[in-house]
Amino acid sequence: MTVAGAVRKQLPVGWNRPVPIEPEGEGELLEVAMGPHHPSTHGVFRMDVALDGERVIRLKPVFGYLHRNHEKIAEGISYLASMPYTDRLDYVCPITNNWAYALAVEKLTGQTVPERAEYLRVILGELTRFQNHASSIGFFIQEMGASGTPLMYAFREREKILDLFEELTGARMMVNYMRFGGCRVDATPAWLDHTRKVVAGLSAFVDEFEQLLRTNEILMVRTQGVGILTAELAVNAGITGPMLRASGVNYDIRKVDKYGIYDRFDFRVPLGDHGDIYDRFMIRLLEMRESIKILEQALKDIPGGPVMDPKAKIRGFRPKPGEAYGRIEAPKGELGFYLISDGGPNPYRYRVRPPSLVNLTVLEDMCLGHGIADVVLIFGSVDIVLGEVDR
Amino acid sequence: MKTVEEIKAAIERAVPEAALEVVLNPSASGQHSLRIEPGCALKVASFLRDDAELAFDFLSNVTGVDWPDKEITEKVKVQRMVTKTVDGAEPGTEQAVEETVEETQKRVEPGFLEAVYHLYSVEKREGPLVLRMRTVNRTDQVELPSLTPLWRSAEFQEREIFDLFGIVFTGHPDLRRLLMWDEFTDHPMRRDYVEPDDFEYEPTAHDDVLKRTEAHRAAMAEQAKSGPAKTGAGA
Repeated sequence: MTVAGAVRKQLPVGWNRPVPIEPEGEGELLEVAMGPHHPSTHGVFRMDVALDGERVIRLKPVFGYLHRNHEKIAEGISYLASMPYTDRLDYVCPITNNWAYALAVEKLTGQTVPERAEYLRVILGELTRFQNHASSIGFFIQEMGASGTPLMYAFREREKILDLFEELTGARMMVNYMRFGGCRVDATPAWLDHTRKVVAGLSAFVDEFEQLLRTNEILMVRTQGVGILTAELAVNAGITGPMLRASGVNYDIRKVDKYGIYDRFDFRVPLGDHGDIYDRFMIRLLEMRESIKILEQALKDIPGGPVMDPKAKIRGFRPKPGEAYGRIEAPKGELGFYLISDGGPNPYRYRVRPPSLVNLTVLEDMCLGHGIADVVLIFGSVDIVLGEVDR
Repeated sequence: MKTVEEIKAAIERAVPEAALEVVLNPSASGQHSLRIEPGCALKVASFLRDDAELAFDFLSNVTGVDWPDKEITEKVKVQRMVTKTVDGAEPGTEQAVEETVEETQKRVEPGFLEAVYHLYSVEKREGPLVLRMRTVNRTDQVELPSLTPLWRSAEFQEREIFDLFGIVFTGHPDLRRLLMWDEFTDHPMRRDYVEPDDFEYEPTAHDDVLKRTEAHRAAMAEQAKSGPAKTGAGA
C-alpha cells in the first residue's frame, strides 16, 4: 500500500495543521509543563500541555535544552575531526551516524568503499538497528508501567551487541569506527565467529519478546487506536523510519536509494495498517526480524580484502568545491548530512538532518484529544534521542 | 530521474513567470540545484508537489547557508598616462606616454542568506531535487516565503533557520526560536557571529540584590569609621 494519489489531491490550505479541539464544559484549562526533567521524556525535553480535565487541548514541544550547536563546531574543525562527534548525536546508534556522515563525504569526493568494508558497515548497521529497536520497545513498555522486566530483557541483548562493538572498535558506544572510503580497523575471524554466535541467539530473543508483549491485554488496550497518524500527513510532515511505515507508506531508504550494498540482500519492508502506537511497536518487532535476516546473509557472504580504499587520503583532506546530501535509513528514520565544501580543510556548511526532530513535528496532531497518560505513550512510540533533536 | 534542466523546463511551461536558474554543482555528487525567485516560490513549489509526473510530495531537509560579503582583490591591467624619460631621448626631457600598468583593485560582492530545500518523491521514489532561495541581503531584507503551508516538515526546520541564521519566513504559522532561548538576540550560525565572553550571563533580579548589598556594606563601613569617633567626642 502506498499513498499514491492521496498526496496529489488538491488539499486545501491549512489541511496539514493540527485540528483544534474545543474544551468541554466551563472549567478552566490547566497548563502543565511536562519536562524538561520528566521521567518519560528520554532526556531534557519539554511539552507545554493545556488540559481540559485529562484531555489534551494543546501541546507545544519546547526544544533546545541539549543544544550545543554541533553544526557550528563542525564548521570549525576538519572533516575527519567531526567523525567522533557524530557518535554523540544519536548516542544509542553511533554506527549509523558514522555511516551517514561517511556516505555524505564519499558522495562529495567520489571515493569508493571496498567490498569488505561495505559488508562490515551493513553488519554493524543492522546490529545497531536491532539494539535500538529492542531498547526503544523496552523503554516504551516501561513508560506504560511494566517497570523493568521487558527493558531488562532488551538490555540483556543490547549488552551482547555492545560487547561486539567494544571488541571491534574499542568502545561500547562512542565507536568512531568509519572513515571516508572504508572502516578504521578490520574485523578478525574471531570477531566474526563471535558475531555469528550472537546473531544466532537473537531470533530466540525476538520470539520471547514478542510472546511476552504482543498479545498483552494492557498493551493492546492502551495502544490500539491511540495516536493515529494518517499516511498523507506522515508523508507531508517528512516522517521517516518505522513511524512512516506504521502509517502504511512503503518507503525504506535501504530499498529506495540502495545505498552501500543493500540491493544484494533479501529482506522485506514491514508495513502497518492503522498508523497507531500498536503498529509502530509491531513494525519495530518485525524490523528486528528482517535485520536478523540481513545479518545472516551478510555474515555468510562477507569477502576478504582490505577495509580501506588504499588511495583514500584521510589527513590533509580537502574536497573540491561543491556540495552533497547523503542520507541513510537510520533506526529512527532518515538521517542525512548536507555538506558544502569551499575547497578548504573544513566544511563550509555542515548540516545534520535529524530524524528525531522532524518526527516530532506531528506530536501535537497525534496527541490532541487523548488523555495526558496517552501523551507519554505516543511520545515514547516516536522514539527520539535528545542528542539528535537538539544537536 | 529527470534532470534539473528537464524539471526547469516543466516548471517554466506551467508557471511562465517563474524566474529559474540552474546552479551547477561541480563535486562528484552531481546534485545540481534549482534557484527560484522568492516571489514565485510558492507557485513553483506547489506545482512541484501537485504535478502528477513530478510529485515531489516529501520535503526531507531544509537548511540555511550564510554567504557573507566577499571582498575580492584582483590584479587588473589598466592603460594610463605616465610621465617619464623615454628611452633614447635626451636625459632630462620627460614625456607623457601611455603604458599598461598592473593595479590591485578591491570590490565587494554583496552577501546574502540562502535557504536550501531537499525534495524527494515518495510516490515516484525519486530525488533529491535541490531548491535554493536567496534573500536580498543579510541585514534588513531577510524575508523569504515559508513553504510550511505546502510541506509540514518545514515547520520546525524553518524555525531553526530563523533561530540560527535569522531568515524571516513570511507565512509561517508559528515562527519562534527553536533551539536558543527566546531572549537571545543574535544568530549563532552566521559566519560573522562573535561569541559572548560569558554565555551564562543574563541580567537577573539577583544583580540588583548584589548592588544593594554592596551599597549596604559601604554604608556600614562608613558608619563603623565615623561611629567610634562620635562616642569618643562624648567621653
